[in-house]
Amino acid sequence: MKEVKLFLGPQHPGMHGNYSVHMYVDGDIIKKAYPLPGMLHRGFEKLMERRLWMGNIALIPRICVVEPDINEMVYAMGIEKLGNIEVPERAHWIRMIILELARIAIHLMSFGGIGGPTGLYTASYWSIADRDLILDIFEKITGARVYHMYIVAGGVRKDLPEGIEEEIIGLLDYLEKRLPEYEELILKNPIIHARLKDNILLPEEVVWELGVTGIGMRSAVDKEYDIRKVKPYARYDQVEFDVPFGPYSDAYTRVSYKPIEIRQSIRIIRQSLEKMPKEGPVRVKISTGSALRWTVPAGMVYPVIESARGEYGYLMVSDGSEMPYRIAVRGASYPQGLLGVEKYLPGHRIDDASLWMDTMGVCAPEIDR
Amino acid sequence: MTVDKSVFSPIRAWKYLIEKPVTIPKKLVFDTPREASDNYRGFHINDWTTCVGCGICAEICPTNAINMIEIDSLEQSTGNKPERPAIDYGRCSFCALCVDICTSDSLSMSKEYIHLSKDADTFYFLPESDGIHQIDFDKGYDRDEVSELLDLERYEIDETPIEGRNESFIEIIRGYSKEMAIAEASRCVECGVCTATCPANMNIPEYIRSVWTENLEEGVDYLYKTNPLSNVCGRVCTHTCETACVIGNRGTPVAIRWLKRYIVDNTPKEDFERVVLSNVSEKINGKVGIIGGGPAGLSCAYYLRTMGYEVDIYEERALLGGAVRYGVPEYRLPEESVKEDIEMIRKMCVNFITNTKVGRDISFEEIRNTHDAIFSGSGNWIPKKLKVINVDHKDIRFATKFLEESRDYSRDMGRMPEFEDDIIVIGGGDVSFDVARSLARLQKIKNGKINIKFIARKPIEFLAADQEEVVEGKEEGLELRLNRSPVEILVDENNKVYGVKVAKCTSKLSENGKAKTTCSEETEEIYAKEVFMSVGSDPDFEYFSKEMMENLEMDKNKIIVEENGQVKGYPWLFAGGDIVRGPDIITAVADGHKAAIGIDEYLYNREKI
Repeated sequence: MKEVKLFLGPQHPGMHGNYSVHMYVDGDIIKKAYPLPGMLHRGFEKLMERRLWMGNIALIPRICVVEPDINEMVYAMGIEKLGNIEVPERAHWIRMIILELARIAIHLMSFGGIGGPTGLYTASYWSIADRDLILDIFEKITGARVYHMYIVAGGVRKDLPEGIEEEIIGLLDYLEKRLPEYEELILKNPIIHARLKDNILLPEEVVWELGVTGIGMRSAVDKEYDIRKVKPYARYDQVEFDVPFGPYSDAYTRVSYKPIEIRQSIRIIRQSLEKMPKEGPVRVKISTGSALRWTVPAGMVYPVIESARGEYGYLMVSDGSEMPYRIAVRGASYPQGLLGVEKYLPGHRIDDASLWMDTMGVCAPEIDR
Repeated sequence: MTVDKSVFSPIRAWKYLIEKPVTIPKKLVFDTPREASDNYRGFHINDWTTCVGCGICAEICPTNAINMIEIDSLEQSTGNKPERPAIDYGRCSFCALCVDICTSDSLSMSKEYIHLSKDADTFYFLPESDGIHQIDFDKGYDRDEVSELLDLERYEIDETPIEGRNESFIEIIRGYSKEMAIAEASRCVECGVCTATCPANMNIPEYIRSVWTENLEEGVDYLYKTNPLSNVCGRVCTHTCETACVIGNRGTPVAIRWLKRYIVDNTPKEDFERVVLSNVSEKINGKVGIIGGGPAGLSCAYYLRTMGYEVDIYEERALLGGAVRYGVPEYRLPEESVKEDIEMIRKMCVNFITNTKVGRDISFEEIRNTHDAIFSGSGNWIPKKLKVINVDHKDIRFATKFLEESRDYSRDMGRMPEFEDDIIVIGGGDVSFDVARSLARLQKIKNGKINIKFIARKPIEFLAADQEEVVEGKEEGLELRLNRSPVEILVDENNKVYGVKVAKCTSKLSENGKAKTTCSEETEEIYAKEVFMSVGSDPDFEYFSKEMMENLEMDKNKIIVEENGQVKGYPWLFAGGDIVRGPDIITAVADGHKAAIGIDEYLYNREKI
């Protein structure tokens, strides 16, 4: 028996972000795994302490590249809570549309994530191309494709452009038509079945041990634990949607929940477009004066929302000045991405390591922040 | 889901063979780039004609991508710095906060998004109105009222109600409350355009910041760095800073003057005194005589004392303050405020020699012999006269004398000046409104009704007076007769003034930006029992010897001095204030400060020889 050391990442198509795992393998079985974060460490939390409350919106979307809007939302919610700011009604609904579009986009992106390790590249091509259509919508609403910097404390940065509602509905119709094809291509595919079924299990004890949330937790513990349901923010309490959950979590279940969640997101967006006030203010100022002198009352809050990977929150401390005193990011992938890799990746095969990363939902910058 | 075991399942994918690809071929990316959305945040566009170079874009930029570059072809002017933003696209995160906060509406973003180069240094651009590559791209992201990051509207200051305002000399402005002052201070963006415009170059952004951070002692310290008459200037300054303020480009400028006033009014007396007097130095061997205790003289005295010189101020009148105490009416500048400022200077051990007119009670030579240097800030006290018929009539009254009497009355130091119940005031500047509004108050107090006709050549928008004065004057009951130029003072057979004959005028904006007034032949007679004239004043140089008067270089009636206030040909003589520049208080304060530095330099170098 001979142990070989293998590096997965930081530059590896199967790796999620610039993240690295050092694996000691025997044959093709991983014996030991050491996660090596830090490749993406830009000191977000520290940088935020040196930026204005408003200036930070250019920085925070970068904490999760593929799903940047959750950062903006959490940050805005924190400031609103600290400053006791009432967000205009229309802004709440616009925020929900943005967040759900982002959720669809990241779920599509993660189909690409399983395309690579399984050799099913068509999945990547299709889903990335369809994700681009969502980015087009984002571009029209916010002015940028990836880092939107759109949800700001007090509301949203600009009102929706004219006629965007029809475009969103058109896109949703298209996606609904596409989803069965995705299911045919991915979920019914023999390769996927062979690789994902009964593989990479996530037992309930591990969920409680690590603190895994999101799809991983819901599929393992048979509980409808979704922040949108248990602690609704924005106007999630006024829309109807279902959350998939179950008692058995293998890689396949977790992937199969994604199209279901996409469908629910589409449902939420449709309801939002219908229920949102057609006009009205979309933003209130968080403080008097120019943005250079916006202050947030002193205090400490922990706003939390449901990201595509689970519970996502910021611990925000303000000392009443024009910059945050401290912000700590609770990345949804921190438990499984850092602790989980070390403890539970061993025992799997080398070729499953990438699948492990994708189906567990790991986003490296969230860990490094 | 179960595995799809159908043999035909692969065939379903074949339909994509005939579908159009969703991707864009590489060669088309550069030839016909995909057009970005209308809202796209691409490279910047900066309209140089509206940009004022305030540098707020660089200030808010979270990535420090913007540098302000000095442009040689541009000139410094009021509210305009000769700088333009240059953007490092290696750092820029395209957040467009710079666009949202742009004070002059010049920055926006375009739909342009391609710049290719192997050389990293080429990613540094100075955007102009046609973008960074000088290719006309459509405008992309632009600010709207929702994304606005400035606070454009001024927080209203508390004023005495219009009703009953003209019945007394109580100060009109009551001042900001703490909350309002902090809110108003938070509107400032610290660009420093105001500092460049202020004659005294006051540290405006710094003291506004100290209001915002509630550290008023620091604010006092900043005020006294350049202006020892902060109490006065917080009330009656000409506030060119506010004209320059970049917030004024799209909204109302920050109330700089009222914030200055807030600092002096709200700092506890002991703290105020401690901060100011901490600047006094030990006396050194050097004595300076100052002629005239007005703003220029007081300012010069203050700064000379901070350097250690002994200072004597010779003042003709009973009280120090000059135009501040004998010109500006009480409702704009209460006696208390002037007193506080002057008291502070007295506490610095400056000798005040009052009731002593140089040239009458003491000779200029005597001062020259007992002092190492002399600063003259004697001011303008001889009224100017319009070139109209009968202007030398004995009953015509002038601003300086009347305001002196009126001020003495309002501070309980004299009797009520005499006046008729039907008056014409000829003028157009701030002082003429002081006269008219003081008269209005006196009439109201004495007769219970106001009858004052205010005659000026220009229409409201071109008047030299502050617009505030015009509005408030109107509110208080002045009858404005504008666009009329006096041609004759009407005198009846008993040699009594009974009115003014005026010609009708029209004013237009000429090419140089100033108003050009032309008067027609058509005349009109306006009747009144008394005529007041307030059309400026001239200096009185009686105290200079004949020989000096011949040698002094003069421009009209103003002495020409060096940059530091030194009079040409007389190295020991310095001058400032109205006799050199002006007339306004802040310029006089600045002159006094410059002269103090000049005197110090002169005496220091003389010692060395």
